[in-house]
Amino acid sequence: MIAEAGLAALWFAGALAALQLVMAAIGIARDRDDVAAAVRPVAIVQGLLALLAMALLIELFLDSDMSVKLVVENSHSAKPWLYKFAGAWGNHEGSMLLWVTILGLAGGAVAIFERSLPERTLTATLGAQATIALGFYAFLLFSSNPFARLNPSAPDGLGLNPLLQDPGLAFHPPTLYTGYVGLSVAFSFAVGALVTRDVGPAFAKAMRPWVLIAWIFLTLGITAGSYWAYYELGWGGWWFWDPVENASLMPWLAATALLHSVTVLATRDGLRAWTIMLAVVAFSMSMIGTFLVRSGILTSVHAFAVDPERGAFILALLAIYIGGALALFAARIGTVRAGTTFDPVSREGGLVANNLLLSVILGIVLIGTLYPIVAASFDVQLSVGPPFFNKAAGPIALLLVAVMAVGPLLRWRRDDAKAVLRRVILPIGATLAAAIALLFVWPGVLPWAGLSLAAGLAVASVAPLRKRNLRRTPLFTYGMVIAHLGIAVSLAGMASDRAFTQETLVAVRTGEPARVGPYTVTLDGISPVIGQNWSALEARLTATRGASERILRPQLRFFANPPTSTNESAILTVLDGQLYTVLGQPDGQGRWQLRLWWKPFVTLIWFGGVLVALGGMLSLLGRVRRERRTTMRNQWA
Amino acid sequence: MKRFALWAPLAIFALLFAVVASGLFRPAEKVVRSAMVGKPLPDFALPAMVPGKPGLSSASFRQGKPRLLNVFASWCIPCIAEAPQLMRLRAMGIPIDAIAIRDTAPAIAGFLRRNGDPYERIGSDRASQVQLALGSSGVPETFVIDGRGIVVKQIIGDIRPENVAEIVQAVKDAR
Repeated sequence: MIAEAGLAALWFAGALAALQLVMAAIGIARDRDDVAAAVRPVAIVQGLLALLAMALLIELFLDSDMSVKLVVENSHSAKPWLYKFAGAWGNHEGSMLLWVTILGLAGGAVAIFERSLPERTLTATLGAQATIALGFYAFLLFSSNPFARLNPSAPDGLGLNPLLQDPGLAFHPPTLYTGYVGLSVAFSFAVGALVTRDVGPAFAKAMRPWVLIAWIFLTLGITAGSYWAYYELGWGGWWFWDPVENASLMPWLAATALLHSVTVLATRDGLRAWTIMLAVVAFSMSMIGTFLVRSGILTSVHAFAVDPERGAFILALLAIYIGGALALFAARIGTVRAGTTFDPVSREGGLVANNLLLSVILGIVLIGTLYPIVAASFDVQLSVGPPFFNKAAGPIALLLVAVMAVGPLLRWRRDDAKAVLRRVILPIGATLAAAIALLFVWPGVLPWAGLSLAAGLAVASVAPLRKRNLRRTPLFTYGMVIAHLGIAVSLAGMASDRAFTQETLVAVRTGEPARVGPYTVTLDGISPVIGQNWSALEARLTATRGASERILRPQLRFFANPPTSTNESAILTVLDGQLYTVLGQPDGQGRWQLRLWWKPFVTLIWFGGVLVALGGMLSLLGRVRRERRTTMRNQWA
Repeated sequence: MKRFALWAPLAIFALLFAVVASGLFRPAEKVVRSAMVGKPLPDFALPAMVPGKPGLSSASFRQGKPRLLNVFASWCIPCIAEAPQLMRLRAMGIPIDAIAIRDTAPAIAGFLRRNGDPYERIGSDRASQVQLALGSSGVPETFVIDGRGIVVKQIIGDIRPENVAEIVQAVKDAR
């Protein structure tokens, strides 16, 4: 019954999305305010019904209901409950349902909380949101039904991919999806504004918090995903330029650009068309990412289903939504009045440079990701890897960091080049000092530039607080300072990892020591360990550094359902870096293979990512508070 | 001009759409084709891996007789699985050389003691540099190389018993 109830909830949600679209269209085309007024409640109920369907699917997984096809294919009754729970979205159908649920909830949230947007534009926005939802409901119901039954039912399930059996699965996909799909709100806002031709500072102020929320989740999702891959895959890397990683990076780049251009629109009424374009592009990147992952056109750890029919369905949706929005943009943007203009040396100028550089990086990542598909059309099989991305995007990213350092120190509208020079003298000094100091330990060109610029950016990002009353500085200024500082911290971690990592691969007997970085690692012994649905060989390693001695226990894990083995790395985190150990195969003569890495300051990468997200949260809090204060003041006046 | 530019994003997207759509409906290739076939071996000279056996340079593949080049490692399980097939090829009189990837002399010596030694020369590629130049993505891989140093066949993964015949044929056909 639960499965049927879930399917029914999904059908109802789809029907409500259709109703929402029709009512929004009538409300706007016929100027019927009474019809338009009903759009909000419909959007809320539609979101709740999608949530109900998701909850029922989770219930089926927790119950291990082996009469449901999806549960049989992706779960097993002997799994720990957390993986039954998270397993609900560790597959194609479930993850698409999660996608649609967040889409519905985002629309519902807009319907409940958005009060500053003009009513007509809001109606159009919710209409656009319903249009997107409708297509994806159809996709679920007609080509990826998560509630399909299996007759006769199976005795037990096939199990979940062991790589996914990690607490990370419970958090990473929902966080990332909230970010991806949260951008749909910006997309719908842009479409709504194009329909009503109402683009201006008020629109930008209303859109900004929604973009910020999606961007915060996206930042957290990417950071968490990167750390997950780092410790779970056992390859010692934290970013592989895997197509799916790129699929999450591209919306982030677009959203970051949008976040900055929307500020120009809100404060200075500039960059109207560009901001609308970015809002469309950001969510388009989310959808393209979804398509790349879900169609099986690219192969990757993240790709669940290789099914051209599904791919064709999503591709058709993409064509309608992205193509439609771009056509609307082309037809309408000419009738939107141009905003104000500004001097090149100004805060706006800095933000435009930021946007251009982010767009170039986005273009590089997009080309690198799609190139294998293009090449395949000409019968050339190839894959594009880190050498391309690092060489092409690296220098531009460093240039962007330089712009980031200077930008916040510029004044709005117009600034004096000489005065700017005086303000950036300290950051430039820090960059040069770091650059000269690093010459003595030459880390290679890119890491050298990265570390030097990170030092400069760190100084520059706190500089806006200079000579200010710290208690009266608005919260969103702190947000910007912390987010930019986070980028500096993260960049320092990346450069340090790239330059100073030491790696050794050894085959050792019990008691035989191996050296890596400042550590001496000794294999004390190997013993078997039993988990709930796996067994493992566990090595006991003693890592000595000076007087301190620590124990690490990397495992070679064997899963029964499905039969696979995984490397569970053991990581020792200390202040100045991480010791990363992986247990390999035995050689049959009493020797064991060990792969050891010493990674100085590698943790800064993720710490910086968290700082960036924290900055976003402070900024969001500051904006919402100020917004509320102004609306309250208006009510009193 | 300005109005025309506004349609540019849509045009770019349409182009992207066409490429991706064509990619979607082309059947995926199940077997990875080699990019090296028909090309000469890259130049390399590797030091000896184990005492008593010479190292390996690309020059030794231009002596007028076809040879096999096996890329392997002592830490690789499929390499153990393919060892009997290599021994059989050796017994048929086909000369085999090897490149050992990221390995140590004692480990290789142990591997050869346990699984047999079909090799005439073994070069040590500590940093996978020659492996990358060969366009080989993992171990084991085996190349059939003709007498002029041109790659005529590449087997990715371990040599199964059913692959032996095609390898012998490739060696016979090579000049």
